Amino acid sequence: MSKRRFLNYLGLTVSTLSALIGLFFLFWIIISLIYKGFHYLNWNVFTQNAVAPGDNGGGLKFAILGQLEVVGIASLIGIPIGLLAGIYLSEYGKDSFTSNVIRNICDAMTSIPSIIIGIFIYALLVVPMGNFSALAGSVALSILMIPIVISSVDNILRLVPNELREAAYALGAPKYVVIFKVVVKEAIVGIISAILIAISRVLGETAPLLFTSFNSNFESYKLNKPIGTLTVTMYDYAMGPYDNWHHLAWAAAIILTFSVLLFNIASRLFSYWRFSH
Amino acid sequence: MKKKFVILDFLLKHISMFFAYTVILVVFGLFLVLLINSSSAISHFGFFNFLTSNVWSPAFNKFGGLIPLVGTLFTTIISGIIAIPIALGIAIFLVEICPNSLKTPIGIAIELLAAIPSVIYGFWGLFYLGPLIGNYVQPFFNATLVKLPVIGSFFYGYYSGVSLFTASVVLAIMIIPFTAALVRDALKITPNLLKESAYALGATKWETILKVMFRYSKSAIIGAVLISLGRAIGETMAVTFVIGNQDKLPASLMSPTTTVTATIANEFTEASSQLYLSSMYLLAFILFLSSFTLIIVSKMYFLRKVKN
Amino acid sequence: MVLTQSKWVRAVAFFAVCIALLFSAKISYAGGSINGAGSTFAYPVYTKWAFEYEKATGNRVNYQGVGSGAGIRQVSQRVVAFGGTDKCLTKEELGKRNLIQFPSMVGGIVIVVHIPGIKNNQLKLSNAVISKIFMGKIKYWDDPQIEKDNSGLKLPHLGIVIVHRADGSGTNWNITYWLSQISRQWNQKVHYGLSVNWPTGVGGKGNMGVASYVKQIKGSIGYVEYAFWLQNHLTNVDLQNKEGKWVAPTVATIREAAAKANWQPSKGFYQVLVNQNGAKTWPIVSGTFVLIPKEKSPKYKQAAEFFKWGFNHGDKAAEKLGYIPLPRSTKKLIFNYLRENGF
Repeated sequence: MSKRRFLNYLGLTVSTLSALIGLFFLFWIIISLIYKGFHYLNWNVFTQNAVAPGDNGGGLKFAILGQLEVVGIASLIGIPIGLLAGIYLSEYGKDSFTSNVIRNICDAMTSIPSIIIGIFIYALLVVPMGNFSALAGSVALSILMIPIVISSVDNILRLVPNELREAAYALGAPKYVVIFKVVVKEAIVGIISAILIAISRVLGETAPLLFTSFNSNFESYKLNKPIGTLTVTMYDYAMGPYDNWHHLAWAAAIILTFSVLLFNIASRLFSYWRFSH
Repeated sequence: MKKKFVILDFLLKHISMFFAYTVILVVFGLFLVLLINSSSAISHFGFFNFLTSNVWSPAFNKFGGLIPLVGTLFTTIISGIIAIPIALGIAIFLVEICPNSLKTPIGIAIELLAAIPSVIYGFWGLFYLGPLIGNYVQPFFNATLVKLPVIGSFFYGYYSGVSLFTASVVLAIMIIPFTAALVRDALKITPNLLKESAYALGATKWETILKVMFRYSKSAIIGAVLISLGRAIGETMAVTFVIGNQDKLPASLMSPTTTVTATIANEFTEASSQLYLSSMYLLAFILFLSSFTLIIVSKMYFLRKVKN
Repeated sequence: MVLTQSKWVRAVAFFAVCIALLFSAKISYAGGSINGAGSTFAYPVYTKWAFEYEKATGNRVNYQGVGSGAGIRQVSQRVVAFGGTDKCLTKEELGKRNLIQFPSMVGGIVIVVHIPGIKNNQLKLSNAVISKIFMGKIKYWDDPQIEKDNSGLKLPHLGIVIVHRADGSGTNWNITYWLSQISRQWNQKVHYGLSVNWPTGVGGKGNMGVASYVKQIKGSIGYVEYAFWLQNHLTNVDLQNKEGKWVAPTVATIREAAAKANWQPSKGFYQVLVNQNGAKTWPIVSGTFVLIPKEKSPKYKQAAEFFKWGFNHGDKAAEKLGYIPLPRSTKKLIFNYLRENGF
């Protein structure tokens, strides 16, 4: 009896300890980021552009806006496609064989190494177009987003009770009205939360951008030209020789981590709100 | 008005169907692009020779994938060995031990760990974890484990802090939250009735967890673990910083080596010959196939249980 | 219903206009713009020049340090207007790719170590010893072969960790070329190239990857460009040059090696500066080269203009960053060479 009780306490203690280990790493990483980078964060980081190597000062405005552009365009491509495809799976395809195949492929795609997407787009867009471009980076990110959006939209829409759909049909509404005015409207909070998660997932991606949107030292937002992004700039600056660059790299790391966490928390608040209603 | 509805319905159905099918197109395209670009490496070295050759020498234009593939396999397995027990513990804590009021905040905090960008993990590994392992863990290993017969040589190394072990630890930290969340969801599907009957028979909490819950959701847990390993296989930035990037088979746990993703990240833009580039496409192709298969297999495991 | 549809149309039109704007060639900026890519070695100077060049002329030059191998590939595919490389191409290679080539400046590569108690210029490593270290044949710092040349130093019993570049690079090419020159065994087993199969050690990405590993790992030895050594407070070692004399890496010894160069425009300035003659020359010195396509195009002309401007106004900036500008006589040769090729 006492051995069983001992084992019981041991097991439960070890489990609690593992949870503490997980939390410990989260705090360690966040605190070391703040410790290293917080005092380099100032207004100049957001309002100034890059300066010449070896000079002091300068900021990351070009990279922050570049990142927003690449992620923004990726969302413009990825979200509508993912949303409509998710609607198809839950409202039209339902449990048909091909729909299940698509569902499985989507799940597998969320785990495809992002660097492979990078070299796929390099071969597909960059080489034929003859240069690196912001658009190629956006397409690479959108390919990462699409399966995430599809899976979650599909799951969320299938939670909408069938009675709602039937009631709308009974009133003589055409299918697209039912889908948009009833089903999507009912699930809108969940959909927004899924979209936010998808954005937060691609916001911190570096690997697929290395070979697609490349980098630029100047403020340039043209879609057909290389563009500076926060993740790639951070990587380059951390690898450069100058102290000033290292400071900016740490500032970039903070901005990046906290914006990703912000999107993530926002998404969780949304889904929390959904459940509490 | 009726006609307009019919047209819009038709449009919506077919546009959304098209988008859903693009997913298949993309995967098929990915397969084709990687295959076509790696064809010259396949025809030059032969697929199986490429898999088994440990020469990666751009200077002599000879390429074999054994070292990065073994590096990827090892980092994945070792990170799994470290991460899975901790993730299971976290899942048990969240489902059975944690007071209800703390479940949401602690659950969210652990999931946030999964949201931190991988390049940040790389930095952190390089500047914090690496030196820590080089300065404290390695001397500790050298003073203790290395002295043991047989297994001792697995732990021998310099005080470098960039090694297979460091990379595996960083990877483990990255997949812990992801695995924990999946296992938690798997554990939750155990019916309350089963748990209560176990308690009624006088089982302790731990026995109930181990013998009832784990047994009930066994295949779902295996699926969850496989999915997380699939994540670990393809991780790039975090590994590149701390693996040591050495084209050598690791002599011990503490020696530097390389992985498929680190090789691609380091050398893809630098490749000056066609064969070099093609060999990297081939590495990517193999990685793609293995992660895809792993996920499909684990989905089958996972789904079978959830559907029942 | 009608209202929401027109809203949709308007939103779609708005995005279409935005995207068209992003594609259009000029937003709020009127000068010409060219892209260059290649050598990371030259990256700080070209970028510094680019910033000043934009101020002076209004033209933009976006240079990215992606490595010499990529620079050669991209300019050969005409994806960029000029390429930078530390590994100079031979006349035949230039002819095949229809490129012109000229040097832009010279720099040194420094061997750095991290051994507790050892400071700058204290440790001496002879050619025989350093090649054995990089081959993995000498494993500890207190090896008698090392102590022979360093009788005054107290070297610890510490394992040697080689830190090399993980990525392909011109720095790799120069250091492995040098090792191949001083060690026959190295030449046969490892050879030289933009990236090679290193016998032992850890690989860092870029100069900075090497520098940060050397800083962290006790007992490590690596190699970085002079500018990185200068900026990162790493410990250098003295080496033997071709005449067997001990030398330290300084601006003077690197300049000495640069002065030995026999630049010949007819060969596309092909010149390897590693292991030059002279009692005071630093052995691992490299020119960094510019590749521009021969075709007549305003893009390529602008690239040539950029370098002409750099030669006339950029010496100070280069020196400040730890690079050696070319002597005036060499610049004259380059200006003539450019004129002959229609630039």
